[in-house]
Amino acid sequence: MTLIAPTSTELHQAFWTIAVASVCSISCALLGCFLLLKRMSMLGDAIGHGVLPGIVLAVLLTGQITSVYILVGAMVFGLVTAILAETLSASTSVTEDASLGVVYTSLFAVGVILLSKYLRFAHIDLDCVFLGLLEVVPLNTADFFGLEIPRAIPTMLLMLFLTLAFLGFFWKELTIVAFDPALAQSMGFSPRLVNYLLIALVAGSTVSAFEAVGLILVLAVLIVPAATAYLLTDRLGPMLGWAALSAFSASVLGYLLRNIGGYSLDISGMVAVILGLQFVLAVLFAPRHGLAAQGWRNFHLSLRIAQEDILATLYRAEEASVKTYSLALKDHGLSTWVVWLAHHKLVRLGLLATSAAGLPVLTEEGRRLGQYVVRSHRLWETYAGAILEIPPDHVHAAAALVEHFIGPQLQDELASTLQEPAKDPHGKSIPPAQNDAPSAASK
Amino acid sequence: MSEWLTYNSLIVLQGVTLLGACSGVIGCFAVLRRRSLVGDALAHSSLPGVCLAFLLVGEKHFWAMLLGAFLAGLIGLGIMAALKRWTRIKEDASIAIILSTFFGAGVVLRSLIQQMPLSGRSGLDSFIFGQTAGMIEEDVHLITALSAGTLAIVALCYKEFKLVAFDPEFAQVQGWPARLLDFALMLLLLGAVVIGLPAVGILLMAAMLIIPAAAARFWTRRLAWMLLISAGIGMASGIVGTYLSATQGVATGPCIILVAAGLFLLSLGFAPKRGVIAQQLARRRDRFRLETPLGAGEEPAP
Repeated sequence: MTLIAPTSTELHQAFWTIAVASVCSISCALLGCFLLLKRMSMLGDAIGHGVLPGIVLAVLLTGQITSVYILVGAMVFGLVTAILAETLSASTSVTEDASLGVVYTSLFAVGVILLSKYLRFAHIDLDCVFLGLLEVVPLNTADFFGLEIPRAIPTMLLMLFLTLAFLGFFWKELTIVAFDPALAQSMGFSPRLVNYLLIALVAGSTVSAFEAVGLILVLAVLIVPAATAYLLTDRLGPMLGWAALSAFSASVLGYLLRNIGGYSLDISGMVAVILGLQFVLAVLFAPRHGLAAQGWRNFHLSLRIAQEDILATLYRAEEASVKTYSLALKDHGLSTWVVWLAHHKLVRLGLLATSAAGLPVLTEEGRRLGQYVVRSHRLWETYAGAILEIPPDHVHAAAALVEHFIGPQLQDELASTLQEPAKDPHGKSIPPAQNDAPSAASK
Repeated sequence: MSEWLTYNSLIVLQGVTLLGACSGVIGCFAVLRRRSLVGDALAHSSLPGVCLAFLLVGEKHFWAMLLGAFLAGLIGLGIMAALKRWTRIKEDASIAIILSTFFGAGVVLRSLIQQMPLSGRSGLDSFIFGQTAGMIEEDVHLITALSAGTLAIVALCYKEFKLVAFDPEFAQVQGWPARLLDFALMLLLLGAVVIGLPAVGILLMAAMLIIPAAAARFWTRRLAWMLLISAGIGMASGIVGTYLSATQGVATGPCIILVAAGLFLLSLGFAPKRGVIAQQLARRRDRFRLETPLGAGEEPAP
């Protein structure tokens, strides 16, 4: 690959393509966060399709293909789509998803027929409507206060500005409406107004993003960055920030990767693919909600439980003077390799040693921890029997789980509530408390 | 009157009629399970599969493209299920994510195909936008076989599907493989989408699944009748839509959808009991009964 210094026209084109893509995708991504939280994700898709008749009618009535009337027509039909679907599901037995589906497919069919019947020779290309032509948008420039900028930019900036203004002005309301619409209603303001403003803005942004990313990929910039952000954080403010960042970076990367393998690939499609990859990364590696983090947490929990189970099993064996026992711990629901790992970790920590006969035995420290776990177990059994009045033959299974989650403080609490019992419901003696018994987890 | 009934349009008619019946029946289950929009997502997510099949085979090969669409849809279904099982992403969002990102990948592949020296590229676009008039005898044979198979499976497993459609938890408790049956319904949905693609296209396939079923719901409370009515509405929309499109010179897909939408509006308005007019009348009757003092005119309510 040879590097050729980009000419100023190329740089110019690159700048404007990225600018167009990122401005429209950022405003969509911000609004998409609320659609996602309100579980109205598919509304974006419905509005994206439903606006088509509005666009065609605006072109038919004004005879121009680039006018603000298109934006108005589309916004009106976006609202019409949302309101019709809502009315249909509210006043008849049709479910929400089905009414959305019925309304937008019908409106879309009307749009396609109008388009093919009356605008066959106009400059609206079906491809352009469906798929968008980000490549062409920067070439279509207009003179704007003495600046030669792409025609699409002012509308898109206007939508971004309106979106930001809407967020700033209705921040509190949006937060309540997104998380607790019933509370919003009871506090005396109508979630409906905020809702319709949101829908109108979604319609507007969808339409302004239309010629850049096309009808279906608008859904990608609406929902995918929001979903990625939703996995990365639990707070609304940072979620909006992450969504905007995701949308922006995907726009830049989509442009940079458009020439993979020497082909010139569809940029808006590329943006959607990169958004998809970002989402996959978030699913896998998000700090709290990612699969890797979940798996790591689960692994650590089962390792700790296996360690405690081994110590407790050995402690009981010593107590009953049993010489042979199994460390497989099959009935504890732990896999063999976790038990194996736990065993090695215990040896490494000096809690387990090997006897002359080759069997694992508790060290002094290990015995203390085993005793702690067994004490928790039998205290809980006693508590379940005495206070919760659970029959003695039902207390063991629960105690085998709960024993791993009883801290020193709770253990003391249980003991004092039960007035330091000596025996558990099975008649086994409860080992005494120790001065500073930490759980194996703290090791 | 019958000059539009050429041999070719008879073939097309046979295709859309079967397709209408098939998607009408499968759509009922999707609507009842509140999964109407999954069909839409599957239709869109088939695009990368179609494009990959095209790239691998190197020409427009009907079977290969159908297989590609089916596999892509299957992967989409799998990801949706995985997102639901293991992440905090809700079902509506996962539908939207699969739909848009898969479609985006398809668009990228399509732009790649357009720069390759391959023949029959236009066949690809008929998958996106649908080209009913371009159906050939072979396609119709395939549609016939697949629709017949789908309908046969529904007939065979009617009782089980009914149980899963209305009360999956009960089905599970009763010892039915509820998850498997649910997945089978999803596979049938995917099958219906894939068969319908070449006829009405990705963009309008969703309507064939949702509208007839939603319309049929107004007429009856019994599943068997709902399936029959929905299939009838699907077939009628197919036939009338094809006729209108042939005589008016507009695209067939949207025409079929609009006829179906018209039938939906009719059902919405005039269906007994659940239709809007019937409900208004019932409300008025109730109000009259409530406002009339007992014994003055009407008999008291039983």
